[in-house]
Amino acid sequence: MAGTVSTLAHVARHRQRRSLGDPRWVRVALIGAALLFVALFLVVPLAAVFVEALRKGLGPYFAAFADKDAQAAIRLTFLAAGVAVPLNLVFGVAAAWAVAKFEFRGKALLVSLIELPFAVSPVISGLVYVLLFGAQGWFGPYLGAGDHPWLGAWLNARDIQILFAVPGIVLATVFVTFPFVARELIPLMQAQGKEEELAALTLGASGWQTFWRVTVPNIKWGLFYGVVLCNARAMGEFGAVSVVSGHIRGQTNTIPLHVEILYNEYNIQAAFAVASLLTLLALVTLVLKNIVEWRHRRAIEAAAAADLRQYAQ
Amino acid sequence: MKPKSLLLAALAAVLATAAAAKDIELLNVSYDPTRELYVDYNAVFAKYWQAKTGDKVTVKQSHGGSGKQARAVIDGLAADVITLALAADVDALYDNAKLIPQDWQKRLSNNSAPYTSTIVFLVRKGNPQKIKDWDDLVKPGVSVITPNPKTSGGARWNYLAAWEFAKRKLGSEAKAQEFVARLFKNVPVLDSGARGSTTTFVQREVGDVLLAWENEAFLAVKEFGADKFEIVVPSLSILAEPTVSLVDKNVKKKGTEAVAKAYLDYLYSDEGQEIAARNYYRPRNETVAAKYAAQFPKVELFTIDAAFGGWTKAQKTHFADGGIFDQITTK
Repeated sequence: MAGTVSTLAHVARHRQRRSLGDPRWVRVALIGAALLFVALFLVVPLAAVFVEALRKGLGPYFAAFADKDAQAAIRLTFLAAGVAVPLNLVFGVAAAWAVAKFEFRGKALLVSLIELPFAVSPVISGLVYVLLFGAQGWFGPYLGAGDHPWLGAWLNARDIQILFAVPGIVLATVFVTFPFVARELIPLMQAQGKEEELAALTLGASGWQTFWRVTVPNIKWGLFYGVVLCNARAMGEFGAVSVVSGHIRGQTNTIPLHVEILYNEYNIQAAFAVASLLTLLALVTLVLKNIVEWRHRRAIEAAAAADLRQYAQ
Repeated sequence: MKPKSLLLAALAAVLATAAAAKDIELLNVSYDPTRELYVDYNAVFAKYWQAKTGDKVTVKQSHGGSGKQARAVIDGLAADVITLALAADVDALYDNAKLIPQDWQKRLSNNSAPYTSTIVFLVRKGNPQKIKDWDDLVKPGVSVITPNPKTSGGARWNYLAAWEFAKRKLGSEAKAQEFVARLFKNVPVLDSGARGSTTTFVQREVGDVLLAWENEAFLAVKEFGADKFEIVVPSLSILAEPTVSLVDKNVKKKGTEAVAKAYLDYLYSDEGQEIAARNYYRPRNETVAAKYAAQFPKVELFTIDAAFGGWTKAQKTHFADGGIFDQITTK
C-alpha cells in the first residue's frame, strides 16, 4: 500500500516537472518563432523606413524637409497637436477627477461618452464635422453663405472657414485624441481613492491646495503617460484629418497626409524621409512610455498596497 | 532680439508686404492625375499675371478622385476654380449647391474642356498576357486594375469605353452589360482615384493591366522607365473631356473673379496648350496639336454625346445609386 502511494507521488512529481519545463526543442522553437515574428512585423518595416529615406544619401534626405509644403505640413501638425494636447490635458484631468472622486448620476454614461472616439472609426469622426460644418451641413450654411439674418452676416464678414481649413483639422484632432488622458487617469485615480484628499481637506487645505499638493503629485506619471500617447496620436492621425483637410498643398496638409501625397507623386524617397520624422517621434514616444510605465506601475502598486494595509487593519 | 523688438519687426514686415503689390491666392481643386500639369501651369500663369497686372498670384492645388473632389467643394472647400475629370462632376456643383450656373459648360469653348485625353492600357514589359484590345480584359485569369467609377472620373471613362466597345462588337446593350460585368469580375481592387490605381499597379505590382488615362500611362512610363512598362492602345477608345469651371459663388465672395477667369482662359492660350501637351494631354489648339502629333498614338475615338447621349444621361443610367454599375457589382 505504502509502495503504491510513493509510486503515485513519484509519478505526480515527474508529471509536474514535465509540465513546468518543456523539452528544449519546444522552448527554442517557440522563442525562435516569437523573435522571427517580431523581426518580420516590427523590426523590418521600421528599418525599411530609414533605409528608403536614406537611400539617396543625407542630402536628398534633408532636402525633403527643405520643401515649402513639407514645412507647412510639419507646422500644421505641431499646431494641431499643440492645441489638442493641452485641451485634452485639462479636460482629461477634470473628467478623471469627477469620475474617480465623486458619485453622481450618469457617471457610467459619461465614461462611455469619453471613450466614444476610440470606438468610432476615424473616417466617421471626420465625416461628423463635414455634417456639422460642411456647406450643406447643420451649421455650415450659417458660416459660409451668410443666409442667416445676422449670425451668418457676422461670420461671413469675418470669413470664418472651419471645414477644409485649419480649425477643422484641429477639431478633428481634438476629437480623436479625446479619451487618451482621461482613460489613463481614471483607473489610477480610482485605485488611489479619495482618502488623501479628504485628509488634506480635514487639515484645512483649500480645494486648489489639495489639487496641486495632493492629487497632482499622485497622478503625475499617469498624466505624463497620457499626454505622450495623446501627442503621438495627434501627430499621426490620418483618417479623420484626411476627411476634413481638403488636401490643399502647403495649407491644410499634415505630415501623414503629406507623406501620402509624396508617395503618390512617385517621390518615394522624400515620402519615407518625411515618414521617418513620424517614426522617430514614435520611437521617442516608446522610450518615454517605457520609463513612465515603470514609474506608473509602481504608483499603482503602492496605491494597491496601501489599500491592502487598510483592509488588513 | 527682445520679444518687444521681435514683435515690432514682425509688424513692420506685415505692413511692408501690405504696401507692395497685391498678393492673390487661388485654389484650384482638381482630379488625380493633373498634379504635374498644374505645377507647371501655375508657375507660368503666375509669371503671365504678374507681367500683366503686377499682382503676385499663388495657386494652391488640391487633388483627389474627381467625384470626391466635387463632393468636397459642395461641402465647402473654397475652390476658385475646379478642373475635374468630367462634366458630370462639375454638374454636381450646380445640382447640389447651386455654386455655378446650370449652363456653365457653355461659358468656355470646346465644352469647357481645354485639353482632352483618352483611355489606354498599361501592361508590364513584354506584355506577358498578350493584351491587345478590350476583349482580352475579360479573359479568365487576367487581373485588371481600375479605380472605382463611383469616386473616380477616369474609371467612369474606362467603364464607358469598355461598354461601347462591347456594344459595337457584340451588338446589344444586354451583351455590353454582361461584358462589363465580366470585366469588373477581373478587378481585384478598386482604388478611389486614378493615382491610387497607378500606384497599385506600378509600385505594389498588382495586376496584369492598368486601365489608365493616356497622360497617366505616359507619366508612369516616364517615371519608371520603358524597360518596365508598355502602353497598349486599344482599337477603340473614348474621347475624354476633362472640364474646367469657375466656382461663381466662391470667387464672388473672395473677390477673385477676374484672376480666376483669366486662369481658365489662359489654359486655351498657345502657352497653356503647350504645357498641356508636354504633360501628355491632347491639346485643342490645332497648331500645337500638329506640333505634338507624333507623341500621341492614333486611335479611333468616340464621344460620350454620340454614344451615351451626354454625361447627365450616362451618369444617371450607369453610375447613380442603383444604376447599372451597382447592379453589376452587387451580383
